[in-house]
Amino acid sequence: MRSRIYGRLGDRVFTTVLVALGGAVMLIAALMAWELWSGGAEAFRAFGFWGFTLGREWDVVAGRFGAWPFLLGTVLTSAVALGLAFLPSLAAAIAIAEYAPRWLGEVVAYLIDLLAALPSVVYGLWGIFVLVPLVRDHLEQPLFLWSAAHAPALMGLLGPPTGIGLLSAVLVLALMIIPYSSSLARDAIRLVPREQREAMYALGATRWEVVRRVVLPYARGGIFAGVILALARALGETMAVTMLIGNGHQLPFSAFGPAATMASVIANEFAEADGGLQLSSLLAVGFLLFLLSLLVNVAADWVLRRMAVGEGQK
Amino acid sequence: MNLRRRYLRDRLMVALVYLGTLLVLLPLLFILGYVFVKGAGALNPAFFTRPPAPPGEAGGGMLPAIVGTFIIDLMALAMGGLLGLGGGVLLAEYPDHPLGRPLRMVANVLGGIPAILMGLFAFVVVVVPMGGFSAFSGSVALAILMIPIIMRSTEEVLKLLPWELREAGLALGLPRWRVTLSLILPAARGGVVTGLLLALARAAGEAAPLLFTAFGNQFLSFDPLGPMDSLPLKIYVYAISPYEDWIRQAWGAALLLVLLLMATNLLARRAMRRR
Repeated sequence: MRSRIYGRLGDRVFTTVLVALGGAVMLIAALMAWELWSGGAEAFRAFGFWGFTLGREWDVVAGRFGAWPFLLGTVLTSAVALGLAFLPSLAAAIAIAEYAPRWLGEVVAYLIDLLAALPSVVYGLWGIFVLVPLVRDHLEQPLFLWSAAHAPALMGLLGPPTGIGLLSAVLVLALMIIPYSSSLARDAIRLVPREQREAMYALGATRWEVVRRVVLPYARGGIFAGVILALARALGETMAVTMLIGNGHQLPFSAFGPAATMASVIANEFAEADGGLQLSSLLAVGFLLFLLSLLVNVAADWVLRRMAVGEGQK
Repeated sequence: MNLRRRYLRDRLMVALVYLGTLLVLLPLLFILGYVFVKGAGALNPAFFTRPPAPPGEAGGGMLPAIVGTFIIDLMALAMGGLLGLGGGVLLAEYPDHPLGRPLRMVANVLGGIPAILMGLFAFVVVVVPMGGFSAFSGSVALAILMIPIIMRSTEEVLKLLPWELREAGLALGLPRWRVTLSLILPAARGGVVTGLLLALARAAGEAAPLLFTAFGNQFLSFDPLGPMDSLPLKIYVYAISPYEDWIRQAWGAALLLVLLLMATNLLARRAMRRR
């Protein structure tokens, strides 16, 4: 009799506690969406949802706020960084999983995982004091001088060659997302069955042909998942970008000139926002960033599920 | 002839693959090298034992930031660990609980949200009602960051245990809660600890959620309800400052932070192996 109460009552208490903890997690997520939305409501009401989202002006003094420069900056930096990072990270994944001897592959894989564990501020620190001078002196200034002499029309597109700006931010961002796409691609390539490769070799294929015709098509679901995960990371990356991008929101952006992203404007202005409309506008930018990352994650989920079916990926 | 072209192409592509790998590795070694060389030069006894010097003056150290990092991160681990473990156990041990599906979905969403938004959220729900920046609000932001990581790893580790283990416990007449607490969790201890440590390492490097929650503090503080400093914050503030000595110390702090994170990761790996 006693043990029955101990069992029944204990089980009921235990599940109640677990449900309470799980419910709290769900509550936090819901509350987060709600607080960002209601915090930004004042800005959305003042300019209209689309008026705010597509507004090209961000003027603290005049009290006019629009998120378009930051939306553009976020999408632009992430897309270009992804484009730069994709081939090298795929190459690293192929080298580790296919070509390199086992010990070398393991060392390289460990180093790349280490790259993922480095904090964002450390990348930013390195970016300011090592990458920026390098980019300025050996990439931006020669290009700028060349265009001044030969193609003056390009100068507006290039912008001031100070080192701090869009180009440096994109380069560091590309470095930061490489480990994410690379490690997922590596895992997917390792899942390709041996027999597939051996059949291809038996037909007389070269190493590259095996990778190109068998391994990559077979692993493309995982490779694509890595790309989307990297994109999601890039969209929300804050510290390194804030430290390197120059934080200017004057449209149009130029390749070397200052720009801003949604995360960087929040990091930069939130602590000193003097309440009212600016604070609300920053929260509204946060809400838009929330929506954007939600969208990317849902898309990733959907794509993965579709690609997993019928691709032979179990 | 055709065969020769295929061989050439093969050699070219393999070379390109290695070149791409080198392109990935060189910057990494470059970054690590800089952090170690420049950081090692900044580490001295004062760095560990002194509060920061006033702006522009040389000397001073990182004591408040070092202490603050531990306080903020451990408070975050306590909160995030509780919620994450609870959610993970619910997902793994009660697979057909109606809360399971939405909870897993929410955890996925939470895992994809940028860290800075955790800071915004903690600002709105903790800093504003409590009337000021506080270490506690920073811990809340980091805890939310940890929850999905801990939840996923806990669920995965628990699901690896054979179902027979649970059946054996139930056959002995143990109620389910005793089976979970006395059989399942001890059996999965190594993996669970690994998940907690990895989440800790991930959160401890973040500066973005602390910018407007913990905020930073020049003085040594143990008060969880007041502003507190932390290493990532300090690196950010010092890196964009105009003072040479602060920049030197930023490298030192970066080295210390990287070493701490590497140690945590190493510990996590060992916990996993000792299962």
